Amino acid sequence: MTLKLTSHERTLLAGEAGEATALAMRIVVAAAELLSAQELVEISSAHIDGCLHHGDGGVEFAEQLASGGGRVAVPTTLNVGALDLLHPGINRADSHKTDMARRQMQAYVEMGASPTFTCAPYQVGHEPGVGEQVAWGESNAIAFVNSVLGARTERYGDFLDACCALTGRAPSYGLHLEENRRATVVVDAASVPSALKSQDVFYPVLGTWLGLHVGQEIAAIEGLPADVTRDQLKALGAAAASTGAVALFHVVGVTPEATTLHEATGGSDDVRRIALDSTGMREARLRLSTADEADRIDAVAVGSPHFSCQEFQSLHEIIASRRLSVPFYACTARQTLAEIDALGLVEPLRASGVEIVVDTCVVVTPILPAESGVLMTNSGKFAHYGPSNTGYEVVYGSLADCVESAVGGDISRSEEAWAW
Amino acid sequence: MVKGRVLVEGSAVGPLLRLTRPISFWGGVDPVAGTIVDPRHPQFGTSIAGTVLAIPSAVGSSSSSAIMLELLREKQAPVAILMGKADAILALGVVVGAELGYPAIPVIESSVEDLESLPDGATVQVDEAGEVRVLT
Repeated sequence: MTLKLTSHERTLLAGEAGEATALAMRIVVAAAELLSAQELVEISSAHIDGCLHHGDGGVEFAEQLASGGGRVAVPTTLNVGALDLLHPGINRADSHKTDMARRQMQAYVEMGASPTFTCAPYQVGHEPGVGEQVAWGESNAIAFVNSVLGARTERYGDFLDACCALTGRAPSYGLHLEENRRATVVVDAASVPSALKSQDVFYPVLGTWLGLHVGQEIAAIEGLPADVTRDQLKALGAAAASTGAVALFHVVGVTPEATTLHEATGGSDDVRRIALDSTGMREARLRLSTADEADRIDAVAVGSPHFSCQEFQSLHEIIASRRLSVPFYACTARQTLAEIDALGLVEPLRASGVEIVVDTCVVVTPILPAESGVLMTNSGKFAHYGPSNTGYEVVYGSLADCVESAVGGDISRSEEAWAW
Repeated sequence: MVKGRVLVEGSAVGPLLRLTRPISFWGGVDPVAGTIVDPRHPQFGTSIAGTVLAIPSAVGSSSSSAIMLELLREKQAPVAILMGKADAILALGVVVGAELGYPAIPVIESSVEDLESLPDGATVQVDEAGEVRVLT
């Protein structure tokens, strides 16, 4: 089985569009070969995860492409970097890391990518349509673009996402292909109380469960409310992509490839069915906290994935002009910051003590005030990665729980929704 | 002997470290120290540097390619990786490393059952054809 390339693709490989594009094409071809793809697929957009500094290799790679004349071939957004470029003072990284992080972000902007610096590009206008072929990095964005928008991407890592953007091609493989997008397992949420399913706090827990139990499969979830919000689906996908390799899920009656269960499964009879129960949800919820015995918190972090305008609106309403007594970080895109500023939300939020972080987030770069402590969050993804990336123990709760706890400093969690 | 599919060609000898759960390299492995830093992972605290690393599958963040590249640059990488399920993330970090001039390590896809047949801790040899042999 050999990879077939078009004549245009062969000219890119031969270096006729410059050395950077040739290098990018070599990597796309290598990826296609290791995935046993038979051809490449033309993409209409890309989201590059590679501008987050993990070490100097990422800078070396980006600068080699940029100095080789690399330009993105399709509209491309950028994921978070390791710096808040608008508020650089909040980052505690040393000057070498700060410098390298800035160079890495800059190299991708030089190649023509849009400086969105967000893990939720779908909140800043990058919304491919149903069936569009794209190449996206960042696990939550991958889950969202596949599941909620119905566009088609595989799970692209750092480097391959950029190489796809530069060449306008991706390996024709996996979730790019119609036949691989069917649900292989049905998750039945019918027995979950409606009162719980109507609350945001349920969705990161459901996502955590999904990633742990069917994290290598495509699930069709039945029994969620028809008015489940984009923010809830965003939270579900982000948590599922943290505990598992979930790149696509369907919500029957909600997401575009699951108008009916029949459509979601492709009519296959060979599909397992799992009914959600209170034991499974309780276990998933417990897993999101590593400091359940703690009674005080040292900080709160929200906005993974990046906070939306609606979430800022909710935060504003819940705080209701009170003063928060512990550091409270809300991570978002610079474009969303501009939008909520226009709505008049920024000033009151800051006056209450909310630190708005843009271009990055508190789990990928040192922003939290200490090396350890107890961090409260409403994000399944922060709860998952917080302990290993920040040194903080985590406590999971709803947005309202986070605010109430931040007002007094004592952990305050409403158990009412979980009485099941 | 286990025969797998070659994702990245190469040869290596080292002690087999078999991870009993999937892992996300990003958030799961320290790229400078080469150790597993996810406290929820059963092999938390173990160094993967210099091992023939057998993993059922990779999960989680798509930033794991970058961690793979850093491990190669910092000389803390495994000497070979055996994966129960191929993906375009870890092997790609190795391919990019080779483009930047860092020595590539073999990456082999094999069935999870075959990986489980290899004794944890034994010295194993991986060759260019994707064959994995137990030496001791």
